[in-house]
Amino acid sequence: MTATTPIARANAVAASAASTSAVAANSYAECSARERLAQLLDPGSFHEWLPPAERVMSPHLAQLGVPSAFDDGVAIGRARLDGRTVFVAAQEGAFMGGGVGEVHGAKLVGLLRRALRERPAAVLLLLDSGGVRLHEANAGLIAVSEVMRAVLDARDAGIPVIALIGAANGCFGGMGIVARCTDFVVMSDLGRLAMSGPEVIEASHGVEEFDARDRALVWRTTGGKHRWLSGDCDALVEDEVAAFRRAAIYAMDALPTARAVTLEALEAEHALLARRLALLDAPVSGDDALALWRRLGVEDAASVPDLDVAEVVALRTGAAVPENH
Amino acid sequence: MDWKTLAEALFGSDRGLTLDGELLHGEVALDDEPLTVVGTTGHAPIGVRLALAQARVVLDTVARHPGRPILLLIDTQGQQLRRRDELLGINRAMAHLGMSIDLARRRGHRVLGLVYDQALSGGFITSGLIADACDALPQAEIRVMRIPAMSRVTKLPEAMLTGLSRTNPVFAPGVENYVAMGGVRRVWTGDLRAALRQALADAPTEDRRALDGAQRGGRRLAAAVMDRVLEAP
Repeated sequence: MTATTPIARANAVAASAASTSAVAANSYAECSARERLAQLLDPGSFHEWLPPAERVMSPHLAQLGVPSAFDDGVAIGRARLDGRTVFVAAQEGAFMGGGVGEVHGAKLVGLLRRALRERPAAVLLLLDSGGVRLHEANAGLIAVSEVMRAVLDARDAGIPVIALIGAANGCFGGMGIVARCTDFVVMSDLGRLAMSGPEVIEASHGVEEFDARDRALVWRTTGGKHRWLSGDCDALVEDEVAAFRRAAIYAMDALPTARAVTLEALEAEHALLARRLALLDAPVSGDDALALWRRLGVEDAASVPDLDVAEVVALRTGAAVPENH
Repeated sequence: MDWKTLAEALFGSDRGLTLDGELLHGEVALDDEPLTVVGTTGHAPIGVRLALAQARVVLDTVARHPGRPILLLIDTQGQQLRRRDELLGINRAMAHLGMSIDLARRRGHRVLGLVYDQALSGGFITSGLIADACDALPQAEIRVMRIPAMSRVTKLPEAMLTGLSRTNPVFAPGVENYVAMGGVRRVWTGDLRAALRQALADAPTEDRRALDGAQRGGRRLAAAVMDRVLEAP
């Protein structure tokens, strides 16, 4: 089976090139947010706005006796990627699970609004977040909705927004929605993208609904391979910073301007999501992730968890891509 | 408030509105001008199917009735907490609903959210919080999580969170807190039809929630931080 879109084909090439590289690879998942920025962008090009020295911090955590971070868990700024000016944000999952609070969210919104004025070649969002930071829940929820709106404003102005997902916390809650509002989503096979975390679902509907300790089940449901096969990410890469860099450059080459959000594009998206929903209308015997992959046209679905990234990249079918894509 | 009672107060009757399961939709008239209504009832959990059903109504309105105002009636317990919905990409379906509403806004439809009963987390981000403006009835309940559950997740004592919630709107459920933070523009009182008429007439097209939050004192830093990023050397 062959990959059916130019993006998929190019990515298959990139992924297979990555797997044969002799250079020792740095794990994207194991880096901190600032290590990712240092290695993914052109060397020395990251210029941070509101850096830790300025101590723009959450006004809410101290009241709770919870430690604050000098950057509120996100680094933002301007940089170069392959010689082009980009704006970039990197969430730090080690601080409050990358949760979005008032200041963290406002930094993201400020970055996206500044992009409207200075028109970088793209805005890169290195996402690592459980979603809304519950310690400042109401402010975080509103902030995530402001980020959504700001992403769509940037796209409306023609500026591509690219989401990179492969850090330890994955991309959940409101940030999982934000990721799907962007132009292009890059994931590693270790990346996870979803709405509610498995623990939340298990706590709410029991271990029979979702066993959060079943790692294979969690990855079949939310992981990068599943999101690639179902079309929820636009590139699937190895867990290497260099692979994310190549994919981000590829995305910028493919998107000289943002994908326009038109009625036609949303109708195509709607048709795709409705077809996907219908794929699981018929009864499923056994695992429903495997059933979904089969019904998307992946013949040997059972082998997917054991395949390497380049092999999985080649398996995606046209059923996972909107008609006008 | 029950949706039929609300419909009677707003439009004189519930004529034109249809309830399909938990999906509420239809076409009504306000001062003889047509208005699309779409939303949910019964504290509906928003899964893939219900997100798509709402998006369908919004996209049909954009395609067939350019410029017609859209009223989002919000009563939800948040996103559906099921593994099947996660497998099917519930975050993508909810993003699609949010982007459909956002498209309507950008194509000149006035889109107004009204929390008439309950609004929570994911179900709110992709409805009222992506509209031109979101208002609420006084008896509405808005929150991310109840205080006992928040206490469990954050490992902070419940009494401490309850105490802080009296002085700091970021922690506690409540319409007033969302008004103070700018997430809800205003609470409707008195004549509900007059309130709807006014709400549509003065819905902003810019996102001014951070400014409202600063002016009202509920979210003091967000607007200032956004400005600092814009001006940072």
